[in-house]
Amino acid sequence: MTRAGWIRLALIVGALALLEAACRHGLVSRHAVIPPSRMIEGAWNAIAADETRADIWLTLQNVVLSLILSMIVGTAAGLMLHKATRFRRALDPLLASYYAVPTFVFYPLFIVLFGLNRWPLVAIGFLFAVVAVIINTLDGLARIPRAFVRTAAVMRLTRSQYALHIVLPAAAPWFFTGAKFAVAYSFIGVIAGEFVVSGAGIGHAIAFAYNSFDNRMMYGLIVLLFVLVGSVNTLLSLWERKLYARRAGR
Amino acid sequence: MRAAQDADPLVTAERAERRAVPPALDTMLMIGGLVALWQVGTILLGHEALPSPVATVSKLAGIMADEDFPRHAWETARASLTALVISLVAGLAIGLALGAHRLAGEVAEPMLTALYSIPKITLYPIILLLFGLGISAKIAFGVIHGIIPVILFTMNAVRNICAVYLRSARAMRLTAAQTAGTIIVPAAVPEIVSGFRVGFALTLLGTLIGEMFASQRGIGYMLVKAMETGDTGTVMALALLLVVLATAASAALLALDRRLRRHALAS
Repeated sequence: MTRAGWIRLALIVGALALLEAACRHGLVSRHAVIPPSRMIEGAWNAIAADETRADIWLTLQNVVLSLILSMIVGTAAGLMLHKATRFRRALDPLLASYYAVPTFVFYPLFIVLFGLNRWPLVAIGFLFAVVAVIINTLDGLARIPRAFVRTAAVMRLTRSQYALHIVLPAAAPWFFTGAKFAVAYSFIGVIAGEFVVSGAGIGHAIAFAYNSFDNRMMYGLIVLLFVLVGSVNTLLSLWERKLYARRAGR
Repeated sequence: MRAAQDADPLVTAERAERRAVPPALDTMLMIGGLVALWQVGTILLGHEALPSPVATVSKLAGIMADEDFPRHAWETARASLTALVISLVAGLAIGLALGAHRLAGEVAEPMLTALYSIPKITLYPIILLLFGLGISAKIAFGVIHGIIPVILFTMNAVRNICAVYLRSARAMRLTAAQTAGTIIVPAAVPEIVSGFRVGFALTLLGTLIGEMFASQRGIGYMLVKAMETGDTGTVMALALLLVVLATAASAALLALDRRLRRHALAS
């Protein structure tokens, strides 16, 4: 590990130890923050309980559905928009302001559209993630070096050869970044929806625990969720770095 | 490093800067198309499920004329503006410090990006426990949303400053404060404005989410109340208000962003 990595680890461990000590000596109100050891206990209890396991499972399914849909639709829309230059230019200012809009206000509309089931939440996660995929696809396509395009023309590549040998490798880093954002945004969208409006899933379970003053369960679920999302994101980042290292090595 | 920042969907400024400013007429046509699509949706789904554009605008006018509305709007505006100011000032200071000190930046960056991509809404109960019910919790929640992009952008801007500028600062024996004020901030302004733009969007989002949960005042509260009672007319009217406000503010900042970048390229 690098020096920065060790310092980071020491900082995190130190902060946790400090929090633990502060909580145990009553410096922080027990009603506000519980010691980290209790949080971990709470996380363990949450995994052990069937009910919360079902909530976690439901959330994961929704996130995966929203991820798959946003990847497919976002990539397809990006490819089409790349062709339609004028349309894309007109859309640009709207895309740039898209994330200023709180998407989940459309939840009631989705309930009317899809009924009271998992799909309204998937739709919120999807709306949150899909634009990230579109923007990154457009970015990747726009940055294919001109020389590659000309070389392909000289070599008389067919359309499928062009897609496979030129577009895919050249735009791969941007596709990957799009996927990374799609994962993070699907989680954020689905869980925000659960937290505010829905009656199931891990986001709802956290809100429920807060409302019933069950601090141990609440902190346990938050820790669990952060570990889950954090490890998914870290894995993706590591994979990405490996991908870049290989490209740089060529 | 590269991937963490430059293709962030919240930051299309870099892309936009390479293209010509889009013809306003086309964008107008696009908005017209979206309104037409909305009208078609109303016809397909019925007025109960999706009120028509005209009905929504008149409903919005009704809501805005209501005597309760200024109180709610002022609450949201106050909370999000306070959060925005705190995010900008504190984010700028932290970003400058982290950008100037290489090791500190290396230590902090992965933690900040991890925090950025985590569903922060689940932290809201903790904020409520710490700050109590009321406006300070909303402000704090807005700040944790908005401050991270400001820090990350400022930090990267400072890191990418041309080394010659810094060497001349040293040659002129400028103090740290002078270097920050006369060299680092002016050189990093376009990036910092991009950070402000993202910070603005997220601060508003954070404040609204804060109001939707355990609050009695604000636009977010009005929204969640309308959602619970199935009042789609009010929901659509408020959604329209937020969409228009957020898009307008974002577009204004984007225009400023572009102008600064062109200026930076020209000089």
